Amino acid sequence: MRVPILKQGSYLIASIQSALSDYELLQLRDDLAAQVGRFRSRGVIVDVTVLDVMDSFAVRTLRAIAQIAHMRGAETVIVGIQPEVAFAMVQLGLTLGDVETSLDLEEGLALLELRTKQGGSHDGQS
Amino acid sequence: MADGTKRDKRTRNLRPGPGESFMPLPGLPIPEATAVLLRELVSHLRQNRSQLREEWVRRTTEAKLLTAMTKEEIFNEATAVYDSYVAVLETGSVEALEAYARDLSERIIPRGVETREVVGIVLLLRDVLARSLFKKYQTDLSLLNRVLDAYEPAANRIANTVAVGFVQERERIIRQQQEAIRELSTPVLQVRERLLILPIIGVIDPQRARQLTEQLLRGIRANRAKVVVIDITGVPAVDATVANHLVQTVDASRLMGATVIVTGLSSEIAQTLVTIGVDLTKMKTIGDLQGGIEEAERLLGYRVTMVMQPTEPLAAK
Repeated sequence: MRVPILKQGSYLIASIQSALSDYELLQLRDDLAAQVGRFRSRGVIVDVTVLDVMDSFAVRTLRAIAQIAHMRGAETVIVGIQPEVAFAMVQLGLTLGDVETSLDLEEGLALLELRTKQGGSHDGQS
Repeated sequence: MADGTKRDKRTRNLRPGPGESFMPLPGLPIPEATAVLLRELVSHLRQNRSQLREEWVRRTTEAKLLTAMTKEEIFNEATAVYDSYVAVLETGSVEALEAYARDLSERIIPRGVETREVVGIVLLLRDVLARSLFKKYQTDLSLLNRVLDAYEPAANRIANTVAVGFVQERERIIRQQQEAIRELSTPVLQVRERLLILPIIGVIDPQRARQLTEQLLRGIRANRAKVVVIDITGVPAVDATVANHLVQTVDASRLMGATVIVTGLSSEIAQTLVTIGVDLTKMKTIGDLQGGIEEAERLLGYRVTMVMQPTEPLAAK
């Protein structure tokens, strides 16, 4: 199943509905890359609330999505990582690097709002 | 029983004879003979019960074992242990002794009796009984050899049973206490809208670190926290492992969209961490809890101002 990508103003919201295969992850990456350009989006939100497992491939793909979107002028926020998933990720040493994360969709939108108002620079919080 | 014979032979070969010479016993002891010897042994121990028991108690006191207990208590326990000891020699079944050892351990561990003491008294009893056997059979060395062959394996088994029982009981208590400490879990407290504090007190071991992190992550979700202040003032020592746990907790919290501020790094801890080369530069650290909360408020956009001077002197000061 393709991940639905919703356009909300100048942002794109990819709302993952079920566990994804590697192929579907790559498809999501390509779809987002294409749509960021088509809609000239300023921000991308990937909602992973339903995922209860994140393997290294998923993490790498999410990082790739953020990098690709950044190159095309959009900030990416990963939202909805569950406590168990977060814990498993740090235990396995999987990190999202500089990619922004937020608690949920609402937080993610607020963060993007803040970032894009500042001129879309991607310099992290610190 | 064939097994018994083999063991007896092996024991005899390993152990030099108690007398001046080692006497080979062709074809002996046969299992039946062992049983007979044990029966004889038991009746000997029964006959000399009070004398041997007193001897044992006297030597226990002399060796300064079981100092936590009164003389009467020692005597009562000694009687019970002596009787179960003889019962084991008679029946060959250690179950009753095991139960008694557990029960005894339960009673004496809270009073600070140590493993060394328990093992000590059992070995003393073994010694006392062996001496009485030497005395009784000293005229007939070959018989003494056979008696000891029958006695020693059983005595070893008894010493083993009691020691293991004691240690198991101790371990059970330790487990119970660990459980209790775990249940005194660290609270995750909300001090402002979207600001949590996590004061950690006590040693952080891997298990506790895991529990702390899980609790914190759940707290972040439940309270929709944006900033978390982890205060480690009450953590006695921070080494590479603990620092690593902290880094993991911070990373995991960040994945859930929360910023973590670590406070309460004392100058000693900071120095240790620098010396052992732990890199905490990725972590936001602030000296004390107050500073941490102030920084967190700043991050959340709060500004705390004093609206007026307190009119009455503060009761506490």
